[in-house]
Amino acid sequence: MGKIAGDVSANHHAATGDFAHPTSAQLIEIDSRNSLMPPSATSAPVVTLQGVAKRFANGTLALDQFDLRIRNGEFLSLLGPSGCGKSTALRLIAGLGEPTRGGISWAGATRSGRRNGLDVGFVFQEPTLMPWATVFRNVMLPLKLQGVVEYGAATKRVVEALERVGLASFRDAYPRELSGGMKMRVSIARALVTDPPLLLMDEPFAALDEITRFKLNNDLLELWRAVGHTVIFVTHSVFESVYLSSRIVVMTPRPGRVFAELTVDAPYPRDESFRTSAEYARHCRIVSQALSRAMGDVS
Amino acid sequence: MSRADPPPVTARGLVIEWPRIVLPIATLALGVLVWDLVVRIKNIPPFILPGPGLVAATLLSDWGLLWDSLLVTLATTFEGLALALAGGVGLAILFNQSRLIENSLYPYAVILQVTPVVAVAPLLLIYLPQQAAVLACAWIVAFFPILANTTLGLNSVDRNLVDLFEIYGASRIAVLLRLKLPAALPYVLGGLKIAGGLSLIGAVVAEIAAGSAGAGSGLAYRIAESSYRLNIPRMFAALILLSIAGIAIFLALSLLSYLALRRWHESAIASER
Repeated sequence: MGKIAGDVSANHHAATGDFAHPTSAQLIEIDSRNSLMPPSATSAPVVTLQGVAKRFANGTLALDQFDLRIRNGEFLSLLGPSGCGKSTALRLIAGLGEPTRGGISWAGATRSGRRNGLDVGFVFQEPTLMPWATVFRNVMLPLKLQGVVEYGAATKRVVEALERVGLASFRDAYPRELSGGMKMRVSIARALVTDPPLLLMDEPFAALDEITRFKLNNDLLELWRAVGHTVIFVTHSVFESVYLSSRIVVMTPRPGRVFAELTVDAPYPRDESFRTSAEYARHCRIVSQALSRAMGDVS
Repeated sequence: MSRADPPPVTARGLVIEWPRIVLPIATLALGVLVWDLVVRIKNIPPFILPGPGLVAATLLSDWGLLWDSLLVTLATTFEGLALALAGGVGLAILFNQSRLIENSLYPYAVILQVTPVVAVAPLLLIYLPQQAAVLACAWIVAFFPILANTTLGLNSVDRNLVDLFEIYGASRIAVLLRLKLPAALPYVLGGLKIAGGLSLIGAVVAEIAAGSAGAGSGLAYRIAESSYRLNIPRMFAALILLSIAGIAIFLALSLLSYLALRRWHESAIASER
């Protein structure tokens, strides 16, 4: 660990040199053992990853020495180039697969090793809907699988989830009858229907056109502020991560580890005026620079 | 957000366009005309090639006999198909749940399929009662396409959906019933469409093989029997009935597939260009 931490902090100091001017986004000390808490974050971490490594059967080392503490209520983005292990980290947090080394602990977990007690919602890059089922039955699925038997209560929750994403009138439509953006909304409604404290999103808007993506970004922020869950959002877009996040974790390419943690302290609610503001541009520049350093680009 | 207009949904294959009806009928009429002319001009005797008029007359005069035989053959075909559906889907589910069973049995399912049923039928007739042997032949040829297609369908489930089910702690049985079987349905129906025709073929082959034993009463037995008696017009009449039965089975299974998939599967939806 010592050598790796040294390498990273060397990069980190080089990076801070460039940001001599006071900026609203600051590089935070990356050593997770004593990470600085931004004033907005509260209490105990929801999930803690310590020294996590993941090696796949084909020998690929996707993650190595990956340390991360996810704080309650934050909107955290994992930012990095394709193949940097962001999705792998997200899947491990969801309890899909086991880390090769290191440990993950979930708030409310009753025994180590499995994601017990902590409900998560997961949104994939594709909408991942069952094509044979209506919108209503797709959103009902998590409740059915978790054994919510009382049909009236379950129906109410499904209708509420669909209302939150603005699709209440589409409950009887089939996925193929919906546009790409609407399918993704159904997918988000399905992730929200169990009211999970932690929402995991794996590049959910990457396949959508820009207009739809901006609209869904805004709607997602509104949802996050209304519901108050913790969000971990995987993206390769600097602009999307700055717009959405309260904190951005920049990852190095394979094997993925935390290169820098940046706080985006622009206040919420954020809207289209934030997207065109000088403050937004400044944040984006800082994050872009951190990202190019993470990728080993010294220019 | 406004409600997106769903693309116009029409049934592929069920929308009847006049060239698709008129052209085959015209071809048929032309073929029958040529057949009739050849028989008349060459003055071919009916025990070598009967004309279409004689075949039609035989179809009418022997209708009672042929109809009863058709019902026997169709009953065998549908029993074989039903058993093939149960066996094919059931075995595919077993294979999907257990590698051990799949590795132990799959090669034999293939062997059963590649061994020509004509060669197996006489043996089956020795060891089984005739009706059971005929049914077994129909089953043997019909079950493999259902097994192969269902296996493919069960293995073609969206990986992300499998992950989603795991995230929510779904049991194996829930994954099977709520995810794998619905995802495999289009494949099962595709296999069933192939199996319907094959089941008829299996029944006919077994009846022909059993025909020499002399106890059958199916339509293929009538063909074999008429052949011994040089009753060529009745052979043609029985053959025509068999063809019509095959077409009817295919159409019925296509309709079933369309009805089951019309709301969600691309195969049942024609897009407008």
